[in-house]
Amino acid sequence: MRDSKGRPVVVVTGTGVVTSLGLGKAENWAKLTSGCSGIRRISRFPTDGLRTTIAGTVDFLDVTPFSAPALTMAMAAAAAEEALAEAEIGEKGAFPGPLFLATPPAELEWPQRRLLWEAHAGGELTGYKRLLAAARESRHADLQEKFQFASVAEHLACRFGTRGLPVSVSTACASGATAIQLGVEAIRRGETNAALCIGTDSSVQLEALIRFSLLSALSTRNDPPEAASRPFSKDRDGFVMAEGAGALVLESYERARARGAQILGVVKGCGEKADDYHRTRSRPDGTAIIGAIRNAIEDAGIAPHEIDYINAHGTSTPENDKMEYLSLKAVLGDHLEKTPISSNKSMIGHTLSAAGAIEAVFSLLTIRTGVVPPTINYRNPDPAIPLDVVPNEARRATVRTVLSNSFGFGGQNASLILAAL
Amino acid sequence: MPGNPREVWVTGIGLVSSLGEGIEAHAALLSPAARPAPILNESAYAPYSVHPLAPLDLSKQIPKKSDQRQMEGWQRIGVYAAGLALADAGIAGNAELLDRTGLVVAAGSGERDTAVDCTVLEKLDGREDTGVLAKEVLPSALRPTLFLAQLSNLLAGNISVVHNVTGSSRTFMGEEMAGLAAAENAVRRIAAGQGDLFLVGGSLNAEREDLLLGYELGHNLWRGPFRPVWERHEAGGGFVPGSVGAFLVLEARGHAEARGARPYAKVTGVVSDRCNRTHGEAAELGLRLFATLCSGLSDGPLPVLSGASGVAPVTQQELDFLRALDSGGFDPIIRAYGSLVGHGVEAHLATGMALAALTISRQNFLPPLDDSGVERPFEGDPGRVLVTSFGHWRGEGLALIEAVAEGGTR
Repeated sequence: MRDSKGRPVVVVTGTGVVTSLGLGKAENWAKLTSGCSGIRRISRFPTDGLRTTIAGTVDFLDVTPFSAPALTMAMAAAAAEEALAEAEIGEKGAFPGPLFLATPPAELEWPQRRLLWEAHAGGELTGYKRLLAAARESRHADLQEKFQFASVAEHLACRFGTRGLPVSVSTACASGATAIQLGVEAIRRGETNAALCIGTDSSVQLEALIRFSLLSALSTRNDPPEAASRPFSKDRDGFVMAEGAGALVLESYERARARGAQILGVVKGCGEKADDYHRTRSRPDGTAIIGAIRNAIEDAGIAPHEIDYINAHGTSTPENDKMEYLSLKAVLGDHLEKTPISSNKSMIGHTLSAAGAIEAVFSLLTIRTGVVPPTINYRNPDPAIPLDVVPNEARRATVRTVLSNSFGFGGQNASLILAAL
Repeated sequence: MPGNPREVWVTGIGLVSSLGEGIEAHAALLSPAARPAPILNESAYAPYSVHPLAPLDLSKQIPKKSDQRQMEGWQRIGVYAAGLALADAGIAGNAELLDRTGLVVAAGSGERDTAVDCTVLEKLDGREDTGVLAKEVLPSALRPTLFLAQLSNLLAGNISVVHNVTGSSRTFMGEEMAGLAAAENAVRRIAAGQGDLFLVGGSLNAEREDLLLGYELGHNLWRGPFRPVWERHEAGGGFVPGSVGAFLVLEARGHAEARGARPYAKVTGVVSDRCNRTHGEAAELGLRLFATLCSGLSDGPLPVLSGASGVAPVTQQELDFLRALDSGGFDPIIRAYGSLVGHGVEAHLATGMALAALTISRQNFLPPLDDSGVERPFEGDPGRVLVTSFGHWRGEGLALIEAVAEGGTR
């Protein structure tokens, strides 16, 4: 089967998810559709004196010894296991296609830096010369294997036996959507009949929290934690950092049908557009966001009024939610008033590199179950953003076509159109 | 994908390295009579050597001081090289073209403020309460803008801001594999009609202790007095990082012809894969990739720009692969360009592809870059160049660059 542009149709045959709400789709969907929040006080490191002390951490996986890349890998692997089990594709450890991974940049953290500092004690060396001496004197293969940029993808490629070069991509908060787009494009080119697309992120580390805080990007409404993320509300004050992973098995429709696979939905269109206005703010007229949404709709070969539901980027920052509304209004016009839009981030926080993949999984669940998850903490509507945000309680609705938005720092914007077959 | 693959042309090159800035500084190497010597700083980071970047007048490509201040070294190098490539391709300042130029960047980590790190470590020395101290120190020590210098995708972000490239933007990560994924992505999208015009490349700032630390954790750096790539193996191997910014404008042939842009060369293809390297698998994988990429290639002399890093054992495995090509009738003429400009990690493949396109357009290959005996003299028009990328840890790939069959090569 070909789409309206003569390309192979790309379907989803398996999905998996991990968030602060729990492990797997069943637990996540039950909590998401009953308005539960996964945001809690950070217990991973002391937060005394910090302006923000809450996050959507994933604390229930066994990751020993703990490090950010180890958790990134564990969440991605758990989500992929669930997706592969659902898709029933390939032999165990031999996935018949490439891996496209959205993952945060790798970097040594303070515990590792400190370990090196202490490993070379008593000498004359100071600063980085001391750290380098420690690195020279004994091989730290464990650190090297975890803290290379290729580490997480390499680990997953070996575990799941994906084919070819494992691809790691970063478009900041749009990364998860970009990973899906890479898989869709590879199938459309006829290079492969299947792709494993994963977004994963474990950025709730001390320094990352402080850095985002210094950019004034985070909510400081720490008490109670579950009420901090309030997308589209007048009193929204920033996003809540969070962790998680989403995984999707993509296949050509032909191959999925030929092997009798269950088809969960179609990735109908992908759109992207880069912003040249500012490193962290979008162009005031919304050009780039509008461009990404329009490109996705055009790529899908649909009309804007065919969109039944919008899974918003909806970060809960004053800037994003306003710009997302204005851009949607420009593209959807009057159809926007009639279109429910909700932000999963009201409950799971902003999972950064993973968000696009996690929210694609939830969008497909909306299509399949006919339940739209709510935007919680919506008590104080922003009159400048008149939207049907599915306030506070889930709603039953027939949803065939979803627009899912992801907009990143650095002006990298991506939108997906997900649809019923 | 329906239809025949479209030809991918190199219509712009932006290159800055220890050897200088721009096309001519690098084309000067391309003659059998040239005697290029690496530029090195062997003292600042001893026992490690680095190839320092040639001095740049940043304002030529990054006119606003405020933009320069918002970036760290790796971003400034990359944004500068990207600007050179756009200007060279005749795209710079053309709003209509920039609006649909796809940006594909290979990037690693941004830069840390090493002075801040050291202050924190000294304050932590001997204390048990890491978390609390880090909190006392970090919030006042960290600069908001430095965070943006640390995010991998912010090289691309800065290129969009400074040069107005806005068609799309993707950043690939994974050391040398990032370079392969980026080149492969752009070439395949053009060949399949998923885009017409791309700016592809990356940058490395080698003059950074935090970068050196990341690689020395796995003992990947060459220590002691400088040696060329092929001469490091018996002494344990290792790479010498080189500061470099390398960007290519890749364009569908029809698109280039329609706007009157002339090619340096065409990219016939980029192929890649991964393997475990416990038993020399990289050499076998190289041969399989070569068979895929070069099935239609006539035998005889084959100029090779090897991206070998010097790290053991993969450098030897790559050499085994190249030497095995003679059984298929190919006579590989090898140059490890890392011996001259250093290892550019994420930006290394783009550097090799830029040099390859340049040698093809100037019809002259580089002279041997060492006395190892691996690199034999060659005089004549290369016509085609195989560029290799065997990552220091993981990832194997090849790119084939060839002369455009007919008409207006520049």
